[in-house]
Amino acid sequence: MLTVRVQPVRVFALAVAVLLACPRICAPARADDDARWAATAKTYNTYCAQCHGLNRNGKGINAKSMAVQPRDHSDPKGMGPIPDAEIVKAITDGGLSVNKSVLMPAWGKVLSPQQIQDLAAYIRHVCNCGSAANH
Amino acid sequence: MSRISFFLCALATALCAPSLGLAADANAILSRQCAQCHALSKPADASIDRLWTRKGPDLYYAGSKFNQPWLVEWLQNPRRIRPAGEFYFTHIKATPDGDVIDASTLTSHPRLSKGDADAVAAALMALKGPDDLVRKGAYKKQPVPAMIGAMFFEKLRGCAACHMDKPGQGGQSGPELYDAGLRLQPDFVYAYIKQPQRFDPHVWMPQLDLSDTDLQRLTGYLMTLQDGSPK
Repeated sequence: MLTVRVQPVRVFALAVAVLLACPRICAPARADDDARWAATAKTYNTYCAQCHGLNRNGKGINAKSMAVQPRDHSDPKGMGPIPDAEIVKAITDGGLSVNKSVLMPAWGKVLSPQQIQDLAAYIRHVCNCGSAANH
Repeated sequence: MSRISFFLCALATALCAPSLGLAADANAILSRQCAQCHALSKPADASIDRLWTRKGPDLYYAGSKFNQPWLVEWLQNPRRIRPAGEFYFTHIKATPDGDVIDASTLTSHPRLSKGDADAVAAALMALKGPDDLVRKGAYKKQPVPAMIGAMFFEKLRGCAACHMDKPGQGGQSGPELYDAGLRLQPDFVYAYIKQPQRFDPHVWMPQLDLSDTDLQRLTGYLMTLQDGSPK
C-alpha cells in the first residue's frame, strides 16, 4: 500500500495561503450581494416601507390606522413558516390572493417579476429565516 | 389713422394690458418659483431616482387635474396635502411605537397674493398635459351613496391604507383626499386610480386592475368629499 507522507509544515503553509487568498476570492461575491440588497432595499423603501416600516417591523407610517397590522418582516418566527411561493404571490396579487388582508395591495402591475423575486429574497434576508420553499 | 381708430386702438390696448401683465407675472412666478420644485413640462427622466429627489408633484398636467377655484384659494392659503411630504420615505423616522413623520424635514409651500394666485392658477390651468393622459368624460357622474362609497374606499379596496378620506382617518403616505371633491377633476381621479404610473412613473401607489364599476364608484365617492364630509 502506497502511503503519502505529508509534512505538517506544508499543511500549515497551504492553510495560510488559502486564508490569505480568501478575501480576494470572496470579496467580489460579498460586494455583489451588497449591491443586490441595496437595489432591492430601494424597491422596498419605495413601495413596502410605507406600511412595513423603516425597520421592516410592520410599523410603517400607515400601520397605525390599519385594522389589520402589516406583516413584521423582521420576525423569523412569523416569517419562517411562510413558503417562498406565498410571499411572491402576496406581493404579486395582493393579500386576498393568499387569504390575507385587502390592505396588502397587488404590486404585479407596478413591479416586474424579477423585482418581486428579489423582494421575496430580500425579505428572507431581512428575517434571516431562510427559505421555506419546502414547508 | 383717424382719431376714432386711434381711440379704439388705445382703448383696446388699455383693456388688454392688465391681462397681458397678469400673464407675464404668472409666467415669471412659474419659471422662477414653481419650477424650482415642480415639473411644468413632462420630464424626460422617468427614473425611480427622480421620484426620490423631486420636491413636489409634477404640474405639467395641472389643468387636467385641479379645479381652478380651489387652486386660487390654496395658493393664497397653502396647507399640507401630503402628510408625509414628497417623497414620503425621506420624511419619516422610526420610533419604538412605529414610524412617524419627521416634521422637522418638511417645508411650507410659498404663499401668494390674491392677484398672483389668480394669475398663476390661470396659467396652471393652461397646462393640460398629453392629450391621452386624462380622457374627458371617463367619469359618468353616477351618484354613489356615501356609506357604499366609504365602505369601498376604507374596507373593500383598501384605499384608506394610504389615504385619508376624513381628517385623521386613514394612512399618511398618500395625499389626503378629504377635500378631493373641491380640489380634483373627476376624470383625473378616474384616470389616476386606474393607472397611477402613467402620471408618476414608479409611484408608490398600486395599480389594482379595478373594474369600470369600481373606478366610477370610487371616483364618485371622492367627488363627494369636500373638507372632510360627504356633500
